[in-house]
Amino acid sequence: MNAVDIARWQFAIVTVYHYFFVPLTIGLSLVVAGFETAWLRHRNPEMLRLTKFFGKLFTINFALGLVTGIVQEFQFGMNWSDYSRFVGDIFGAPLAIEALLAFFLESTFLGLWIFGWDKLSPRLHAGCMWLVSIGTLLSAYFILAANSWMQNPVGFKYNPTTGRAELTDFVAVLTNKVQLVTFPHTITSAWMVGGAFVMAVGLWHLRKPDVGKNASMYRKATRIGAWFTLVSALGVVATGDFQGKVMTEVQPMKMAAAEALYDSEASNAPFSLFTVGSLDGTQEKFSVKVPGLLSFLATGRFDGPVEGINEIKAAYEKQYGADATSRVFSESYTPTIPLTYWSFRIMIGLGMLGALIAIAVLWTTRRDRIPQHRRWLWVVVAMPLLPLFANSFGWIFTEAGRQPWSVFGVMTTTSGVSPNVSAGEVWTSLLTLTLLYAALAVIEIKLLLRFIAVGAPEFEEPVDPADQDESAPLVFAY
Amino acid sequence: MELTTVWFILIAVLWTGYFVLEGFDFGVGMLMPVLGRGADGEVRKRVMLNTIGPVWDGNEVWLLTAGGATFAAFPEWYATMFSGLYLPLLIILVALIVRALGFDYRGKSDDPTWRKRWDYAIFFGSAIPALLWGVALTNVVMGLPINAQLEYTGNLFTLLNPIGLIGGLTTVALFLTHGAIFIALKTEGDIRREARAVALKSGAVAALLAVVLLVSINVSTGSFASWITAIVAAVALLAGLFAISRGREGWAFTGTFVSIGAAVATLFLALFPDVMPSSTNAAFSLTTTNASSTQLTLTIMTWVAAIFTPIVLLYTSWTYWTFRRRIGTQHIPAVSVSTAGTKP
Repeated sequence: MNAVDIARWQFAIVTVYHYFFVPLTIGLSLVVAGFETAWLRHRNPEMLRLTKFFGKLFTINFALGLVTGIVQEFQFGMNWSDYSRFVGDIFGAPLAIEALLAFFLESTFLGLWIFGWDKLSPRLHAGCMWLVSIGTLLSAYFILAANSWMQNPVGFKYNPTTGRAELTDFVAVLTNKVQLVTFPHTITSAWMVGGAFVMAVGLWHLRKPDVGKNASMYRKATRIGAWFTLVSALGVVATGDFQGKVMTEVQPMKMAAAEALYDSEASNAPFSLFTVGSLDGTQEKFSVKVPGLLSFLATGRFDGPVEGINEIKAAYEKQYGADATSRVFSESYTPTIPLTYWSFRIMIGLGMLGALIAIAVLWTTRRDRIPQHRRWLWVVVAMPLLPLFANSFGWIFTEAGRQPWSVFGVMTTTSGVSPNVSAGEVWTSLLTLTLLYAALAVIEIKLLLRFIAVGAPEFEEPVDPADQDESAPLVFAY
Repeated sequence: MELTTVWFILIAVLWTGYFVLEGFDFGVGMLMPVLGRGADGEVRKRVMLNTIGPVWDGNEVWLLTAGGATFAAFPEWYATMFSGLYLPLLIILVALIVRALGFDYRGKSDDPTWRKRWDYAIFFGSAIPALLWGVALTNVVMGLPINAQLEYTGNLFTLLNPIGLIGGLTTVALFLTHGAIFIALKTEGDIRREARAVALKSGAVAALLAVVLLVSINVSTGSFASWITAIVAAVALLAGLFAISRGREGWAFTGTFVSIGAAVATLFLALFPDVMPSSTNAAFSLTTTNASSTQLTLTIMTWVAAIFTPIVLLYTSWTYWTFRRRIGTQHIPAVSVSTAGTKP
């Protein structure tokens, strides 16, 4: 492997890893804020116990999301310095704004929330978690604006003198049509993960033989989680549908690659549920197809036309060619088809399965029922993972489907790599980060499982900060 | 004033904010084995950790904002510096990762082995960045081999020159002093008294190193303004040490805060108008003009910074006010977590 390939692997590994923690952070912050607000409104002790329980799990998860996020910000400059030089005028601004608006908000108010139980009024304390949740949304908005610009570069012009892309319209960057569909799709997907996590943890406790008086509390967690999963899933489907159409418009190659459609279909393009083909994806051996579905996904009409890979590739070769004066140079304009084909299906399949399981859980826990059969244990294990991996594959699809471009139609991934960073250096960082991340994954999973097993803490009347004893122990301490 | 100059100042301010704030939590991390010894060492360590518990994370965001702002305002600077300092930054990243998890995860099990491992993570995770930031920043100011394509042509060992190492030792000593004074300011009992003594010792070393560093930098690339800030840094440090010897912790902390701020200002004033001077050929240097973004981007970013920086400062100050109370060993609950019924 050359330095470019290693850098790509590193980017893929650290980014996919970082994104294991992001959806849960976005989803759980909202659930915890909701639980705490419910406690303040109805004074139901169960809600305070759930707030503290899921709050603790949230902080364990947040810590890893935070630290892996620093790597994300640094590696553009470290590994992709030519990319950074080329796009910095446009791409840097949302990153800086994300730090200033979102990271300060999340970090500061999470610190206040964790340590402030005995220092803030109850309403202010709940408000802190709402601000954390708003912080996660702001963070998502700006980083997705940056990513959407890579998917569909708008509001800029290429300056041949400096050899850089230069901003002409920042509002256009923030209201990019890809951004407007990607943001809701990403957020609802993240909420689905949060809901599934709460549901699975609740169900696991609910099914325990010694659940006793806690049954009503864990039933609430299970059902709130399931409803949240389900409602979010509907949002995911609706926004995903919009996104597919925008994607077909701005990156027809990605839609063709999602179906491995080599030759254009004038109408009624079918969508295959699965295909057995040759390893490079060019030969089809066997497949199960739904007629017209691809046309519908791409255009909203079952008889709509869908362009094929071969036609789009020919058009790209004509349009972009091999231009030695720009930072773009000729590569294959086709992404890795088996990867895009399968990641697209896995994303949809896992997401749908997650939504179906949420329905099943709602059904099986109706009224006062507790699901006894052993198969529900599998649901507990599988559930947070299905939507989580659906998130991962969604990103793998959308990023791999854009290749060979890093900025679509403007700059290829290969030409963005740092020219002065040697293969040895990238190997060093790839191995270091991968090993470190693997070790941290083991620690994180152990910690999460341990604190899930401990369950919700017993109810304690919160301390009033106004009449607090100066020498009393801290309510929360490291 | 030129917008490029405004943004040079803003980035200097962000780095200053990072060092004056994270500086003391680096110091606390490095002092864990020093002030956390003895029979009640475990409780002492927890006292120290809880002084920075609610704020270290916010402190670290100054770094992320400095990085993001450099990317936005001076893409060429960001690209050259981050790719050039590849291995040091990788080491810093690993250190910051294990350190942050040390803070968060250490108390999540009562197993002594578990805690000891995170203690190492916190110590090295604080000491290594404290050293490497000093080395890196000093080298950037003194000039690095950069070619006509604005690429760094040196390697890791290029950075390990005498002045770079003095820069690194200076930041370590300054942060140790800053952290010790912070502990003295935020705790009560034995640990508070011991922290004062440590601050005086490390402060004396820091003063010596800082004078050598700032004089060397000013002699080679200084301006009138950077001489002034260097003098401010020295005077503030000595005033801070005098205050701590008199037990005036608030004034002492103000002293080290101003001193570190003025020292960082000195480095940036000595750097201006370059952002990364080339030691290969002055013509290859990155400057505020040739490394910057367009006027439009800088204008937008200026508005964003003008509106949101005061808000951030406001709620950050409020956080420090909320957690203003001193912490003593009696405030530390017996078990830090409800791990009842579970084995680590």
